[in-house]
Amino acid sequence: MTASMSQCLLQMVRTDYTMSDYQSEIAPRWCSGCGDNAILAAMQRLCRDEQLPPEKTVCVSGIGCASRLPHYMNAYGFHGIHGRALPVAQGIKIRRPDLHVFVTTGDGDCCSIGAAHWLHAVRYNMNMTLLLHDNEVYGLTKKQASPTSPKGFKSNTTPFGATLNALNPLTVTLGITNVSFVAQAVDWIPDLLYDILSKAHHHKGFSFIRILQRCPNFMEHRFDDHVRDPSSTRILTHANGLRLKPELSRVYKNQQTHDPLDLGEALSLARLEDEIPVGILYNDPSVPCYDELRAGERPSTPALVEKVLDEEFDKVGIWPDPADAAEVGG
Amino acid sequence: MTSDSTHLFAEAAELRRDPVETRGPAPRARPAEVLNEHIVEIVSDSGEGAQRCGQSLAAIAARSGNGIWTVEIIPAEIQPPKRSIAGASGNRVRLAAHRVTNVGDEADLVVAFNEQVLLSRLHAGEVKPGATILMENCWAKDPDPAIVRAYEAVRAEVHAGGYRLLEVPMEAECQKLVPDPRRGKNMFVLGMLCAIYSLDAELARAQVRFTFAKKDQKIVDANIELLDAGRAWAEAHLDLRYRIPAPPVTEPQVVMNGNAALALGVVASGMEVCAMYPITPATSASHYLSAVFEKVGCVVHQAEDEIAACTFAIGASYAGKCAVTITSGPGLSLKQEAIGLAVMSEIPLVVIDVQRGGPSTGLPTKVEQGDLMAAIFGGHGDAPKVVMAASSIEDCFYSVITARKIAETFNMVVVILSDAALSTAQQPYPRPRFNADWLAPPVNQSAVPEDALPYDWDERTGIMTRFIPGQPNGMHCLTGLAHDRGSHVAYDPEINEEGLLNRSRKLAALQTTLRLAPVFGDDDGELLLIGWGSTKGAIEEAVARLRDQGHRVSSLHLKFLHPMPSGIDDVMRRFPKVMTIENNWNDPPHDPLMSPDNRRYSSLATLLRARWLVDVDCWGKARGKPLKPGEIEAAALAKLGRT
Repeated sequence: MTASMSQCLLQMVRTDYTMSDYQSEIAPRWCSGCGDNAILAAMQRLCRDEQLPPEKTVCVSGIGCASRLPHYMNAYGFHGIHGRALPVAQGIKIRRPDLHVFVTTGDGDCCSIGAAHWLHAVRYNMNMTLLLHDNEVYGLTKKQASPTSPKGFKSNTTPFGATLNALNPLTVTLGITNVSFVAQAVDWIPDLLYDILSKAHHHKGFSFIRILQRCPNFMEHRFDDHVRDPSSTRILTHANGLRLKPELSRVYKNQQTHDPLDLGEALSLARLEDEIPVGILYNDPSVPCYDELRAGERPSTPALVEKVLDEEFDKVGIWPDPADAAEVGG
Repeated sequence: MTSDSTHLFAEAAELRRDPVETRGPAPRARPAEVLNEHIVEIVSDSGEGAQRCGQSLAAIAARSGNGIWTVEIIPAEIQPPKRSIAGASGNRVRLAAHRVTNVGDEADLVVAFNEQVLLSRLHAGEVKPGATILMENCWAKDPDPAIVRAYEAVRAEVHAGGYRLLEVPMEAECQKLVPDPRRGKNMFVLGMLCAIYSLDAELARAQVRFTFAKKDQKIVDANIELLDAGRAWAEAHLDLRYRIPAPPVTEPQVVMNGNAALALGVVASGMEVCAMYPITPATSASHYLSAVFEKVGCVVHQAEDEIAACTFAIGASYAGKCAVTITSGPGLSLKQEAIGLAVMSEIPLVVIDVQRGGPSTGLPTKVEQGDLMAAIFGGHGDAPKVVMAASSIEDCFYSVITARKIAETFNMVVVILSDAALSTAQQPYPRPRFNADWLAPPVNQSAVPEDALPYDWDERTGIMTRFIPGQPNGMHCLTGLAHDRGSHVAYDPEINEEGLLNRSRKLAALQTTLRLAPVFGDDDGELLLIGWGSTKGAIEEAVARLRDQGHRVSSLHLKFLHPMPSGIDDVMRRFPKVMTIENNWNDPPHDPLMSPDNRRYSSLATLLRARWLVDVDCWGKARGKPLKPGEIEAAALAKLGRT
């Protein structure tokens, strides 16, 4: 075995990644108290626990506070344009089943400017995990109402209060053909955030996680009541879903056993207004994945390209056949 | 040409009066008139198969060794009203004893399935004075008196116009063979045309078998029967025999349209992902590609919209080989922000724009070279990208291979401009001989050196080596924000300009490798015509005619529009008059409101004036039709003051 080959194998079986291996040299520049910090920590913890090689991990984002996350990960990052993280991620995944793809996006990025891609991403059901950092407000552009802002919310574009009811990302996602994984987490219960992210990562298909996230600057106190009163958080547990540790179970007593295959109940839970459901709302591992359906049956090789081109040229070929030329010309 | 062939149509009057009487004794067998070229149009209601008839005629002629060029006549709607001027659908076929590079001038012979579709061609000025018209005559006996009146009116107009009208009982003849003659007439007409142009009967049958290869044998047989009946009828009733000599085919050729050539170019370039959204007139390239791409293990992804198509392709390029997105003008506009991202983050990308009439929805099925400025300058900020244009069907094929190579060498966006004049036009060209160098190299997955930077711009060329996911040590966060060599977000003025400079340097580095195509005609003279894209054949044909008449006119055709090769100014300065020929809008200089201060020039003229400080004039049309050599010839003579 050559030296380079053994080195290659060593890389393949490396299992000693630590948290710091997933931290980029740039310190996060989110505001203090921003829920994005908890999401980043959960991501890094997941990568370490799963020992995902950083070079095989790709974090794709659009524009917004949430979309800065790839800069803080030591992995391949793609910080693209507003709303378009999903089609970029799909393009990455279509020929690269070996890559672990995460999409980090915000409520404006995903549910407003990129809404079309969100709907279709659910339907494509490609094997990747989406983290919707939902703070219900535009942060990077300094406090405008987002589609998920509550009605009456006063912002720079809605000084007299937001006019419309908030869009519910959970009910929308649950209603789309081919939905295969929908979960909700909150930034202030990091253990559950991690557990949900882990479930999402292990799900084969498109995993959609809405993460309610505190914005200390532009949506201050929005979730204070929920943070203070654990009973307003309904934890969804199941043998195929979350299993609460005893210490959490003691604090979060509002629990419901919910079968993640029960779409009807998932929709009811998604519509809860006074309580926040946290856990796996829906998980159907049997939904076909577009990336698998479209995976080439054979690798593209020069010989194959030549063969197919020849076949196509033959269909429209004109040959120098002296007999034909004489007959036709004569 | 048909200089004097009145005698060929002695029976026209009889045919008109009663189709049954036309089945009299066969005309005297006479030798076929030898022609250098002929332009045939076949027009019908949409769905009656005139397009298939024209394409088949062209294919048979091409297989015989004739030069051909076909253009589709397409109504804007899928099911336009029957027997309407707007509904004319069909094909124009230029047949010649030599290689054909363009649509040519007006038609010499028209086959019309009803009088209204004929009228659309006459009114559009597409039919040569005195041309032969073969018209379905079933309408003369239609139970609806309004139809009979309409038919009579057009017949009178055709006679008054001095055309030679031959009324043909197509439907009545087909009825003898098939229950629904509206679905079979086209093969009868094909048989007629094969007889008229002395095309080989077995070759024609083989073409019909090929056309209906996917159908039931009964359908193939019925169509061959119709084909043979059309030939027999024409031989028995029409004293109309032409022969267009076919030079012997000396090398293998292929015949296809521009969009098929683009699609095969994608296959041959080694690109593995095409993301697209349906848009006329680009979609047929993706149709073709969809049918073959999976056979080579590759993917055509129909995205949810144009932006998704472009960003999907960018994602695929980022994680692998350069990808392609195929679109038309409105789609190009939508993709501009994403194209800017690819420029900024230096991801290779090929964008194919099959141009149509604009702005907005414009003329979806029609020809225009309207997107040159959008391709070069369309996005916000300084976003240098390569823009090249295909000038023939063959060039459509090779342009994709070249574009992929440039995109991947320079990590740049390359836009290929084709247009509706090439997309559905068919032309034979030498069969490409596969070269493994066309293909993209395997995706690099080796470890990058520990300290290597993702944007380590080479000072001489501006080129960086991109790191592809999977490469150990290459981890970085690519961003559309201004960034330094480490791909770190940087708002520092010097770093911003360093990025701008290096992205611009790549274009300059490419420019130094470009070579100007030779001048067509003499290197100096009175008038230089400059063109780009699909107009090449028509321009050069016009120049050849002008030179035959003794005018000192030459032409120059540009493949690369951005950057342009050096030396264009040297060529321009050898001609006192320089004029671009473009199929796009320019302000008429003699309009009362237009002055040198406000006249808007055609796109290339604007670019040449700005780049080379030469007083370049322009001539062009934006009528949604390919430019004809005759109109270019007239424009050149006008520029020379010799009209």
